[in-house]
Amino acid sequence: MSTVIQPTRPAAMPLRFATPIGGVAGTSFKPEHLPDILEAGPRRGFFEVHAENYMGDGGPPHRALEAIRRDHPLSLHGVCMSIGGPRPLDKAHLARFRSLVARYQPALVSEHLAWSTHETSFFNDLLPLPYTEATLASVCDHIDQVQEAIRRPLLLENPSTYVAFRESSMRETEFIRAIAERTGCALLLDVNNVFVSATNQGYSALDYLADFPLSQVQEIHLAGHAEQADDEGDLLLIDSHDGPVADAVWKLYEIVIRRRGAVPTLVEWDSKIPDWPVLQAEALAAQAILDRHQSTAMAGERHAA
Amino acid sequence: MLPESGLSYAAAFAPALLDPARRTPAIVTGPNGKAAGRRYDVYRNNVTVSLIDALAAIYPAVQRITGAEFFRAMARFHVRSNPPTSPRLFEYGRDFPEFIAAYEHAQDMPFLADVARIERAWLDCYHARDAAPLPADRLSAVTPGRLAELVFVAHPAARCLRSQYAAVTIFAANRDGAPLLRIDASTPEDALITRPAFDVTVRRLPPGGAVFASNLISGLSLGEAAAAALDAAPEFDIAANIAGLIEAGAFISLACGDPS
Repeated sequence: MSTVIQPTRPAAMPLRFATPIGGVAGTSFKPEHLPDILEAGPRRGFFEVHAENYMGDGGPPHRALEAIRRDHPLSLHGVCMSIGGPRPLDKAHLARFRSLVARYQPALVSEHLAWSTHETSFFNDLLPLPYTEATLASVCDHIDQVQEAIRRPLLLENPSTYVAFRESSMRETEFIRAIAERTGCALLLDVNNVFVSATNQGYSALDYLADFPLSQVQEIHLAGHAEQADDEGDLLLIDSHDGPVADAVWKLYEIVIRRRGAVPTLVEWDSKIPDWPVLQAEALAAQAILDRHQSTAMAGERHAA
Repeated sequence: MLPESGLSYAAAFAPALLDPARRTPAIVTGPNGKAAGRRYDVYRNNVTVSLIDALAAIYPAVQRITGAEFFRAMARFHVRSNPPTSPRLFEYGRDFPEFIAAYEHAQDMPFLADVARIERAWLDCYHARDAAPLPADRLSAVTPGRLAELVFVAHPAARCLRSQYAAVTIFAANRDGAPLLRIDASTPEDALITRPAFDVTVRRLPPGGAVFASNLISGLSLGEAAAAALDAAPEFDIAANIAGLIEAGAFISLACGDPS
């Protein structure tokens, strides 16, 4: 089977998608926090879940998600669609993703610029891709298929990366901008990923953000990272999601919000998960920054220096 | 199927992820001429550790029995030879019990594979489709003369497993973190695993109970299932077993002979 890949295509979906959750901060939803969340009752904020964890037929996971969704906006975050892979999308997986969107009516739906499946193996990691005209066409084709299936714009997340590809011919920002233009998808800007990748790839995070199509950003991710060393003994950052957001990432975040205005912001925490108040405090810190900038939507455009 | 031109990166990148003997793929590099070895190893580590973690999450009792170090070494072998084929990780590890049964270093724990089978069934039960169980009083409305013809529709979450070892007792003792008592592992035990509403429950079945339950679950009539159970265990108690299965939520309805 060979997929006909068109070099450019018109936007299949409307570019603008009014998010009902405005400038609100949320957190990853972890089932161990459910009793605390339910006891506290409805409050400002939203929850994000990894779609794959709710692709079973029934049982406690759906019951927990229904309970969360009753009182709070939901963000559905796909982790395994392999949009960045060369293979055709898994049609059964896409159908399951679509039915979750239909069932839970999330305020935000996102996926990654990455791949995780090759041949028959699922690697359970967000693997990188070269940035070329060929991969751009393939990624755009996959995003078109997802958006046609879910009948709404997808938010595509920038990756954290540890290697570069010799064959890459475009900067990541250039690649992502072209995807947004061709597919009409929106963007999920992971500020921690920007910081991690900039450190690992030896470029400036501020330059990356200056080049990033911020006007397409409909959600922001924040998370903690860990430190290792590369072959030369230099700092190599790992996107570990196992601790608080780093000070440098908070600073970048405030710069982004000052320029972009308040957009829904999620604090991710997926490993060494703390008690609910600790995670909630991270979201409140993001909310404080959002609240300072609620009225400055796209101020960066008005005051472009 | 060959990927299109310019799309061979995954085929070059993937094979070394789970094979430490392979070199770092030549298509990747560090920035500014830096090496990519430890950088690529981050992906190797993410993949291997996350899949071992996935097995540990599915098989916590097995891990408690073996200890974490033993478990993770055993799981690493399995992850490398049998990576998942579905992005739904809760489907992973179906062949892990067979792997454990054949694993050289687990031969002095012959019950371990059966404990793993119970844990795998537990997770299938947990994610199974929701359904209301058969009401307990439904059977009393059936004319006694027609009882033998009854066929039950199994609850989608119901599972029945047999073991030559005390797998149910060992599972239960190691699953809830309770202090361990000495268990005679050589007593054969059969498990009924159900989820009538919220919680997965694992029960030990009496002699003949597993033959009876698995025959009913697979659609044999009450008369046929009872005859097979009596063959397997002369002391088999039909009334107690059918009441126990209904109370456990093993069925959702009666397929024929239902008075309603």
